[in-house]
Amino acid sequence: MMTYILIFISAVFVNNIVLSQFLGICPFLGVSKKIDTALGMSGAVAFVMTIATIFTYIVQKTVLEPFNIGFLQTITYILIIAALVQLVEIILKKVSPALYQALGVFLPLITTNCTILGVAILVIQKNMNMLESVVFAISTAIGFGLALVLFAGIREQLSMTKLPKGMDGTPISLLTAGLLALAFMGFSGIVK
Amino acid sequence: MNKNSNLSVFLNGFFKENPTFVLILGMCPTLATTSSAFNGLGMGLATAFVLFGSNTVISLLKNLIPDNVRIPAYVVIIATFVTVVDMLMQAYVPALYSSLGIFIPLIVVNCIVLGRAEAFAAKNNVLKSSLDGLGMGLGFTMALTMLGSIRELLGTGKIFGMTIYSERYGMLVFVLAPGAFIALGYLIAVMNKLKKA
Repeated sequence: MMTYILIFISAVFVNNIVLSQFLGICPFLGVSKKIDTALGMSGAVAFVMTIATIFTYIVQKTVLEPFNIGFLQTITYILIIAALVQLVEIILKKVSPALYQALGVFLPLITTNCTILGVAILVIQKNMNMLESVVFAISTAIGFGLALVLFAGIREQLSMTKLPKGMDGTPISLLTAGLLALAFMGFSGIVK
Repeated sequence: MNKNSNLSVFLNGFFKENPTFVLILGMCPTLATTSSAFNGLGMGLATAFVLFGSNTVISLLKNLIPDNVRIPAYVVIIATFVTVVDMLMQAYVPALYSSLGIFIPLIVVNCIVLGRAEAFAAKNNVLKSSLDGLGMGLGFTMALTMLGSIRELLGTGKIFGMTIYSERYGMLVFVLAPGAFIALGYLIAVMNKLKKA
C-alpha cells in the first residue's frame, strides 16, 4: 500500500508532470484560460491516460517484448493512442452524451498531448507492474489537473491586470508558470 | 524578396515564423532539454532531422494518401523518422541520448512536426517542403541553443562547458525547472519588443 501512496504523492506534487517534468505544456498554456475548460481538459486527459497506459502496457508485455521488437515502441504506442482516442470518442458519444458534451472538444487534442505518450513510455522505463502503472497514470493525471486548475485561476485574475506591452500573452503566462514551478519545488525531497 | 522563392521559404523558419518565438509550438522539449547549450543544440538537431525527413516524405506521398486517414499516415511517417533518430543517437552519442531521455521518442508528438506536415508539406512540392522542414528545424535549433546558452550562463557561468565566470556566482534556479519558464518568458518578451520596433 505504501508504494502506491508514494507513487501518488510523487506524481502529484514532487514530480508534477507539467511543472517539473515539462510534459503537456501546450494544453497547459493553451487551454487553461478558464477554470471550467481546465477542469474539462484534465478530466479528458485522466480518462484517456489511464486507458492508454493499460493498453500500451499489455501490448508491450504480450507483443513487443516476447517478439523482441522493442524498437517499434514509439510507432506502436502512438498508433494505439490515436486509435484509442478515436474509439473513446465514438463510445462516449453513444453511451454517455452528457460526458461527451463535456469532454468532446478536448478529445482530438489529446492525441498530440505528450503526457499520454510520455506516461506510457515512463511506466515501462521505470519497470512498474500493471497496478503501479495504473496508479501512476491516475496520479499523473491528477497532478496535471492540479497544475492546470491552479494556473487557470491565476490567469483569470491576471486578465484584469495591466501589463507592459511586450509581456502580454505568452511571456507573462510563462513567468507565472515559472513562479508556480518555484512553489512546487518546495515539495522536492519529500519522496525520491 | 518574392514571398514564394525557395530562399524565403527556407528563411521563414528562422525569424518570421520561428516555431519557438513566434508560433509558440513545441514548448515541452524547448523547456525541458535546454538546461545546457549542448543539450539544446542536440535536441534541436534531432528535431530538425525528423522535420526534414517527414516533410520530404509526406510531400512525396501527399497524392497517394487518402484525405480521411492522412493524420494517422503522417504520424506513422513521423514516428519512423523518430525511431531512426532514436537508434542513431543511442549508438553514436550515448551521453546526449541519456540526458535527453524520454524527449527523443516524444518528438513524435511535437506539434511543430505534425503542424508543418499539415500546414506546408501537404500542399507544396517536394523541394519547398524539404526546405521548409530544414528551415523550421534549424530555426528551432537556433532558439533552443539560445535558450540553453542563456540558462547555462546564468545558472552555472558557462556556455557549451566553457567557463565565463565562476560557478559560485551562478543562479542555480535557471538550470532547474522554474528557470526554464522564466528565461523563456523574458526571451519571448524581448522578441516581441524587437519585432514591434
